[in-house]
Amino acid sequence: MSGSTSTTSPTRRRTSRGPRRASAWTYVILGVLFVLVLFPAYYAVVGSFMGTADTNSFPPALWPTSGIHAENYSGVLRLIPLERQYLNSILQTGAITIGQVVTSALAAYAFVFLDLRWRGLWFALFLSTMMIPYESIIIPNYLFVSDAGLKDTIAGLALPFLATGFGTFLLRQSFLAFPTELRDAARVDGAGHLRFLTSILLPLSRPTLAALGIYSALSAWNMYFWPLLVTTRAQDQTVQIGIGQLQSSDADNPGMVLAGVMLALLPTLLLVVFGQRFIVRGLTAGAVK
Amino acid sequence: MTATHTEVETPAPTAAPPARPRRRRGSGLALLFLLPALAIFAVFVFYPLARSVILSFQGVDIVGRPGAFVGTANYARLFSDPGFVKVLGVTAGFTVLTVVPSIVGGLAIALLLQQKIRAIRFFRTAFALPFAFSVATASVVFQVLYNPASGVLNGLLSYLGVDPVRWLTNPTLALFSVALATVWMQIGYNLLVLSAGLGAMDEEVLEAARLDGASGLRLQRSIVLPLITPQLFFLVVTGTIHSLQSFGQIRILTRGGPEGNTTTLVYSIFEQAFDYNNSNFGYASAQALVLLLVVLVITAVQFGILERKVFYR
Repeated sequence: MSGSTSTTSPTRRRTSRGPRRASAWTYVILGVLFVLVLFPAYYAVVGSFMGTADTNSFPPALWPTSGIHAENYSGVLRLIPLERQYLNSILQTGAITIGQVVTSALAAYAFVFLDLRWRGLWFALFLSTMMIPYESIIIPNYLFVSDAGLKDTIAGLALPFLATGFGTFLLRQSFLAFPTELRDAARVDGAGHLRFLTSILLPLSRPTLAALGIYSALSAWNMYFWPLLVTTRAQDQTVQIGIGQLQSSDADNPGMVLAGVMLALLPTLLLVVFGQRFIVRGLTAGAVK
Repeated sequence: MTATHTEVETPAPTAAPPARPRRRRGSGLALLFLLPALAIFAVFVFYPLARSVILSFQGVDIVGRPGAFVGTANYARLFSDPGFVKVLGVTAGFTVLTVVPSIVGGLAIALLLQQKIRAIRFFRTAFALPFAFSVATASVVFQVLYNPASGVLNGLLSYLGVDPVRWLTNPTLALFSVALATVWMQIGYNLLVLSAGLGAMDEEVLEAARLDGASGLRLQRSIVLPLITPQLFFLVVTGTIHSLQSFGQIRILTRGGPEGNTTTLVYSIFEQAFDYNNSNFGYASAQALVLLLVVLVITAVQFGILERKVFYR
């Protein structure tokens, strides 16, 4: 670009290392983007404390002008059985997270440390499950779970997701990097396979386990399509389904709807703020060669 | 590299017969370890896959259960149904409208945050915040913002003298509105991935380029972008597939409407099979297999073509 030559003045200091100091323009653009991107999140927080006087006037208020309405939070609990739905979500998320970690760890262990004929073929079979969009097999799965009488149960919510090709892949990568000397030493000390796996290998693979666990928990907690299909009664539904139906059940009070959103959001919000490092690690595992 | 070493580990054929090579031991234990995952895959991935194919050749009986075989009727219907052609068009439009802006936006923010900025940690966490929202929670927030009568978006527009906009019920606008909400959900994740890529860049390469006089846009385009092509490539592939799978935001915001203008492939599958007690499992399964095919082809094409243009160190 011709414009680039003007910025390369001969007097420019070349001593500074690392990224260049940001110009005022950077802050302006960053500020605009900051407002645009953060506004929906801001309004979700602030709106959850606003009364109908603020939210239902036109143009609506951008901050509470008629007092703080914390009663939105108790109000939403009366509107939908959110405590029960929270419990359902926790049970579903817990089952899926533990299930995925256990099945992936066992499978990855077999792929790395055990004798296995047609290892490549088995592994390809595991990887192939990652390429099948689950929406394309959701109808037979629904018919199966429905015929098995598992609708409106935690088992019906969690069972199809207890194994993951991605998790197996992730843990296999981590196990492959495990020093062989340590493994041989453990074997010499008489540690069997399960013992070695649970008391040496897994504790030493904690970062990867955390990445997988957080990824599994996030996707399970946020799941929408499957829980919508296999739950019918409000008290058997998950938080996401309850929140999704809030608007239709009480469109007159957006503050209350947003309070429900905030309650559903709390666990994932804490994860994103405090577990970001693990999230990046887990989610970008496929991005690094 | 490990493969070549296994040859060495195997005892030479002249060795004493009782010492059986270690790697000849049975696979029993390994299969036992694979079993839990394999059982889940068999019941909830491979069996449904086969059953999807079978279902796609079946009709529906009067109580809404999969019924008599109808040959290729469901597939014939796919090609003759103008509604389905529209579904494919909407799906393609939605994919482009979500993947491109969310990657460009995420990249812009990631590049800005790459410079020396005060309170960088605050900005990074703040911009990643949308990532905490699930599809359902984000959709409900946007539903509140989009409300035509008392929504904040129309409120802000009114200060500019713009008449209220029917974000979700205007036939031409609805797809853009759903896409905008989707881009918002996706941008935090894209930012995390791209920031990780930028953070891993070799600072010496950048310094060398700067010493050679590269700066500003030229530095970004000729040096930085090629260095993060693996991340961009990853986001294009996963973003496209993720976008094809979108469901919750369409369900909550528009229910596929108005006039089917936001009915994507996945939403159409849901509508045919489950909505209004339709129970068109056969026709929906044929569409589900189209989805599978599209995802497989896109994965193959993107890996085949794009991979060659990706700069790997």
